[in-house]
Amino acid sequence: MSLQATTSQTVGPYFKIGLDWLHRDNLAGEGVSGERVTIQGRVFDGDGVPVPDAILEIWQANAHGKYAHPEDTQDKPLEPRFTGYGRVPVAADGVFRFATIKPGPVPGPEGSEQAPHLLVSVFMRGVLRRLVTRIYFPDEPRNATDFVLNLVEPERRSTLIAKKTAGSPGTLEWNVVLQGPDETVFFDLGL
Amino acid sequence: MKRVAGYRAPYPGTQPNHLHSPYVSSIKRAPTKPQVRIPYTLSEVTGPSFGPEVVAPKASDLTSGHSGEPLGERIIVSGRVLDENSRPLANTLVEIWQANAAGRYRHAVDQHQAPLDPNFTGSGQAVTDGEGRYRFVTIRPGEYPWRNHYNAWRPAHIHFSLFGPAFATRLVTQMYFPGDPLIPFDPIFNCTADEKARNRLISAFDWETTLPEHALGYKFDIILRGREATPMEE
Ligand SMILES: [Fe+2]
Repeated sequence: MSLQATTSQTVGPYFKIGLDWLHRDNLAGEGVSGERVTIQGRVFDGDGVPVPDAILEIWQANAHGKYAHPEDTQDKPLEPRFTGYGRVPVAADGVFRFATIKPGPVPGPEGSEQAPHLLVSVFMRGVLRRLVTRIYFPDEPRNATDFVLNLVEPERRSTLIAKKTAGSPGTLEWNVVLQGPDETVFFDLGL
Repeated sequence: MKRVAGYRAPYPGTQPNHLHSPYVSSIKRAPTKPQVRIPYTLSEVTGPSFGPEVVAPKASDLTSGHSGEPLGERIIVSGRVLDENSRPLANTLVEIWQANAAGRYRHAVDQHQAPLDPNFTGSGQAVTDGEGRYRFVTIRPGEYPWRNHYNAWRPAHIHFSLFGPAFATRLVTQMYFPGDPLIPFDPIFNCTADEKARNRLISAFDWETTLPEHALGYKFDIILRGREATPMEE
């Protein structure tokens, strides 16, 4: 017997009540190995106005390129203190910020290796089903051969690659632009 | 090299499009460019997991944790979390949030002229048992006005958030109550084209979980996406 997945609905304006308790904006505490990065940015609506009521969720592999999940059967070490999950709300000025480590490469389609990346879900009032995107890293030679990046029109790929911040090593900037010429690339995963 | 088995695409019309202009907030927030279809990789078929240890013992009882009982009609909301292949999803986190009985959220942005209830916060969590079951004790939320259009009112609803086994199965939705006269006029409820899919967001009154002289029961089963057929050897 085949069922149909329940319909998605917006988180609405009051999700903080239900989602606050699980905020995680520091994914890499003490004892977690890997290159530390802080990723910050803003969410912009179709008028270019920062969105004050969005929430992001992050999913990523550890520095060895291993996911803390039973389906990752690669022979790579787990980091006991690293789950790879983040839940990051934007502040009233539309800014979000989280600290993590740069993940290692993970396997991709057709025997390829994916460039280091984070998966991002974006939820907010007005968004009826979550938006799915990815954050890739600057100065990363593997980006050129990444299977997923290569499915994106070349002129839009930069929306998926975080930028270095002048004078602040270890801090990367990455924004979510909902509409317009610089619209972020969102992926179709069905939901 | 094994191909990664993905998750089934939704049946047409059963999930909302990003733009649903009667819901005004979607107009400036819905992406306008086509989404890029990508194959499933290890990244999407893995995902965070939260066992019962993350949830406080009384977190599924929204009427507890305060000095007194909240105002309103006490209810029990329960159901099962299954995948599209009818497989129960054990050990998955369910989060809910809702307005109080007067239709007011405990949130700075909610300026509705209805009283806050000192004995109600409106947030709960549960982890499904071995058969995919969850159960919340709460109060029936009130309907509330919003500014989407003239004389706009949201039907009574409870917000639900679920993870499932993978990044791909994440779902946020809303549960409604049977017989609510506001449902047919609600642009958020109506954002999904398929009528049957919409109507599955309406819970069912349930004698079996109704407790004598204590609380009415409502049943709400939630279906997360199911896996495609087994991976093929390449
Ligand atoms: Fe609501």
